[in-house]
Amino acid sequence: MKATLWGTRGSLASGGPDTVRYGGDTAAVEVRGATGEVVILDAGSGIRPIGVQLAGSPARIDILLTHLHMDHIQGLGFFAPLFDPSVEVHIWGPGSTTIGLHERLTRYLSPPLFPVMLRDLPGVTLHEIRPPASFTLGGLSVRADLITHPGPTLGFRIDSSECVLAYLPDHEPALGAVVFPDAPEWTSGCDLARGADVLIHDAQYTGEEYQSRVGWGHSTFEHALAFARLSRVKKLVTFHHDPGHSDEMLDRVMTEIRKSHELEFELVPGRVGLTVCVD
Amino acid sequence: MAQQPVELILLKQWAGYLTLPVWLMDGRGNLLYYNEPAEGLLGVRFEEAGEIHADQLAEYFQTTAVDGAPFPNEKLPVVVALQQRIPNHATVRVMGFDGVWRTLAVTAFPVEGQGARHLGAVAMFWENPDS
Repeated sequence: MKATLWGTRGSLASGGPDTVRYGGDTAAVEVRGATGEVVILDAGSGIRPIGVQLAGSPARIDILLTHLHMDHIQGLGFFAPLFDPSVEVHIWGPGSTTIGLHERLTRYLSPPLFPVMLRDLPGVTLHEIRPPASFTLGGLSVRADLITHPGPTLGFRIDSSECVLAYLPDHEPALGAVVFPDAPEWTSGCDLARGADVLIHDAQYTGEEYQSRVGWGHSTFEHALAFARLSRVKKLVTFHHDPGHSDEMLDRVMTEIRKSHELEFELVPGRVGLTVCVD
Repeated sequence: MAQQPVELILLKQWAGYLTLPVWLMDGRGNLLYYNEPAEGLLGVRFEEAGEIHADQLAEYFQTTAVDGAPFPNEKLPVVVALQQRIPNHATVRVMGFDGVWRTLAVTAFPVEGQGARHLGAVAMFWENPDS
């Protein structure tokens, strides 16, 4: 299994000279299985170049949506394989407590927000995930469960038998915790991340920024480190960078973390083009 | 130990901030957590008692009607919430770990997750409701 980061930014696409290295596109991660599976985690603006790269190759693509906030679906309408009748595109994601995945997605893929209707896309099949859920995509085993973030939001654990990738891009496990981290059984996302070879995790805020953003659904750098430690992962990839964080600022934070922490895992800054979990 | 569902995690965190005594049960009736205000009513700190298995609850907490008459277990609000999956309210006398009898009003409601998952119940307590 090989996972490549195409979109690493959170909340809003933020292209420009200050975000070239970490990336300005919103969440999209391409996962390739050893036997040809093509799975894409989230459909932020980073999914558009994945579609360009995939043109004419796979017969089936599976897109796993953690949730339906705009920064995780805004690239869908610009994903070229959706308009290619020779490609089967399967979109997996959560419904809400009262509204199904189809109706929720239709709210974006319909006028006035988008000119093309979901029903007009030729080879699309929707799969509503009812958490906790487990399913297989070829040789990849996928587990999905709810995690702490506003609205129904999933984290994913993908196991290729040689590598375990945990993907929790929008996650605020510290929300409401009197002391964080709490015990693993009382910490959102721990079962999904436990012992993973690679954890891709929300690290949107500095501690100072978080003070005025509690409950917005995201983690600080320190929260991400504490969660990775609690979950005993081997590698933490920081993700969902704040739109206001420049490459220079993120470099500085990573340097400070390495100076001030003795980490039991490898810390990898989530940059566009990074490939992890190579078997 | 396996991670609790995120709905129960958030309820535990919510309860941790309340001055209202709160119990959090899982779907099998195990008492997973009670907050500090509930410790005062039950006569033991959660850190000491820890999670209490459903089978042990009746041993630890004796319950009667307000007048001291027997109170059917199946009518306890938390049992109604867990078994019938509906909210319920009652006033009862409870003797906790410390051997003290207290009159408590109890309201319990079921915790129902997406996909019809019955995750447990929450019970809230008021001491001496008539005073």
